[in-house]
Amino acid sequence: MEPPLSRALSLNAALSVAFLLLAPVPASAAEDEYKLVIQDHKFQPTEVVVPSGKKIKLVIENRDGTPEEFESHALNREKVIAGKSTATIFIGPLKPGRYPFVGEYNEKTAQGVIVVK
Amino acid sequence: MFATAIIVFREILEAALIVGIVAAATRAIPGRTRWLSAGIAAGLMGAGLVALGTERIADLASGVGQELFNAAVLGIAVAMLAWHNLWMSSHGAALAANARSVGGAIRDGRRECSVLMIIVGLAVLREGSETVLFLYGIAAAEGGASWPMLIGGLAGIAAGIAVGYALYAGLLRIPLRWFFAATGILVLFLAAGMASQAARFLIQADVLPSLANPLWDTSALLPQTSLIGTLMRSLVGYEDRPAGMQIVFYVLVLIAIGSGMKWLNPDSPARPSRAAS
Repeated sequence: MEPPLSRALSLNAALSVAFLLLAPVPASAAEDEYKLVIQDHKFQPTEVVVPSGKKIKLVIENRDGTPEEFESHALNREKVIAGKSTATIFIGPLKPGRYPFVGEYNEKTAQGVIVVK
Repeated sequence: MFATAIIVFREILEAALIVGIVAAATRAIPGRTRWLSAGIAAGLMGAGLVALGTERIADLASGVGQELFNAAVLGIAVAMLAWHNLWMSSHGAALAANARSVGGAIRDGRRECSVLMIIVGLAVLREGSETVLFLYGIAAAEGGASWPMLIGGLAGIAAGIAVGYALYAGLLRIPLRWFFAATGILVLFLAAGMASQAARFLIQADVLPSLANPLWDTSALLPQTSLIGTLMRSLVGYEDRPAGMQIVFYVLVLIAIGSGMKWLNPDSPARPSRAAS
């Protein structure tokens, strides 16, 4: 029974190593920065126009006292932003189009759209 | 109230399904109930701590601490699920035949149980912390807590747990002959889906390139927000607009664990030690 177990162990270790190796791949390049503010469970501005084919850095400041979750299925992004704090989300490069996003915890009021041109 | 219930349900569902699958997959292992309960309890405590520390975690690694934390939690869970499936591949037959005391099965069983505890604990921690934050947001809202919303949240938790239990009860009805193969396949896809999620967080943190963004768009065909889409997302990692890198992770983990399972399976002709027995 021992040989299969040690084989399992080494495969397990190999998997973990694969993860560690994959992690530090540098993908950074100079990117454009855009700011969003959350106040009274609303995004300001509600529409952000960004260029297509470029990586974008979204900086979101939550001025409310309660946490919010930035969520966009179109952008394939989700991130919890604590109350009174600022978060960074990288998006793109994107094709031209409209990419709606919401604050999941206050979906009725917290809505916005990224317009890629 | 209804909207609140749905949000909480979505958060709880994945953890509940993972606990349901793991609980079913380990039904032959002695003492697993104790270990699973310990895992859930530890996960709940961890969820509270993570929720409290959200701001601090987010500020790490120049603003992408949350992504790296989530990716690390998912990565550990994938490794643990892989370990579980490989362990079951070499011991599943013995467990099914009720030959628990053979060789080092009991000793290995204890290690296997601690692996299960970690899997369950991490699932509860990850999904639970977001639920805690959401419910905290409701409770701490300006103008006082909204009781209908809090009750909606509790209803969402109850519904999520009910679906997890239904999956567990349903799996137990599978005849023993196919049971371990069925749960093994479920765990395999669960692990691949988690690897894909980990990749998404690493892309969001700008650590990995997306390769293609999105690789496909099936949001019109089967939106991941629909009931079936949500279930498929929790069970097999379905996404309607995945990045290319996510699929790379998904397929790699699928192949790695899948071939490991085949290799270690005593019924497989590929296993070298078969000739000796």
